[in-house]
Amino acid sequence: MSLPPFELTVARHAATVLRVCRALVGPDDADDAWSETFLSALRAYPTLPADANLEAWLVTIAHRRCVDLLRARTRRAVPVGTPPERAAPEAAGDLDLRAALAALPDKQRVVVALHYLGGLPYREVAEVVGGSVDAARRAAADGVSALRRRYRREA
Amino acid sequence: MDHNVGADVLGAFPVTGGELDRLRERLVRAAQDEGLLDVAYRVVDSPLGPLLLAATARGLVRVGLPAQGHDAVLADLAATVSPRVLAAPARLDPVARQLDEYFARGRRDFDVPLDLPVGPRFRAAVLARLAAIPFGGTATYSQVAAEVGSPLAVRAVGSACAANPVPLVLPCHRVVRADGGCGGYAGGVVAKRWLIDLERGAA
Repeated sequence: MSLPPFELTVARHAATVLRVCRALVGPDDADDAWSETFLSALRAYPTLPADANLEAWLVTIAHRRCVDLLRARTRRAVPVGTPPERAAPEAAGDLDLRAALAALPDKQRVVVALHYLGGLPYREVAEVVGGSVDAARRAAADGVSALRRRYRREA
Repeated sequence: MDHNVGADVLGAFPVTGGELDRLRERLVRAAQDEGLLDVAYRVVDSPLGPLLLAATARGLVRVGLPAQGHDAVLADLAATVSPRVLAAPARLDPVARQLDEYFARGRRDFDVPLDLPVGPRFRAAVLARLAAIPFGGTATYSQVAAEVGSPLAVRAVGSACAANPVPLVLPCHRVVRADGGCGGYAGGVVAKRWLIDLERGAA
């Protein structure tokens, strides 16, 4: 068994990585974060074990690139705090839920994004954000409760 | 949204194919600029069916015939050349154009750099000999064996032809059996016969 051609890896995981980037840095910087993620991945790809979990690996890289981007944005003295959420002309999907997610405290937002959008199990979420597995699970549960409070679906 | 949090959150981040296509193109450009595009490939139409063309920075590394299965060819490139394989058509423009001309009977030989694997000397000698069989002509397996200095290695010539990484461009289809039979072909015997006829018709 060997690594799949990178083209296939991009095709399989491009959408997941883009969702994670959008949740972590907002729609404006998500494309840059996505590009940096896959370029970093391409650089390291040949050294990866053939049985690596590619999606988890990519989501982990995406998180790192997003942190870098947010830091760079802070250095540019652009006011941040929560990622900007604007209705781009072609933006579809559930804007209220996106806004509610963007409004979560950092730790909760990151954990919800990595677990629910990136598909990372809590064990790996904990490795990425630091802290215990239980803490990661709690942060996600708190995040979901907050989302539920801010965003209620009509039954 | 209790048990359905995953679906709800996913649904809040729709991703379109057009968005992903643009990002993929941007990635290919960046990979090219940074020298990370180890294997570029594209698929072109031909009278034989779709052909997969792949090149490293050094030259053409593979021509995948329809019968070989493009997924299998890409997996083999990833395993034997580099897993940094991306669909990136520009690098294949010259060979794609020359193949078009060849199938339109407007070209007799190919002029593109090749990146052939470092293999046994015998195989390299057979591949080198292939290029010398002129358009419209044929040579027998035993003739090729004699010409590369191993007159008894007739079957090995067949194996070397079967392993030709760049069929059409190195014309292994021009090597036939001494008894008049067509012999084998990685692209199928029908394709081999069709190519020989194409060249005879145009000669």
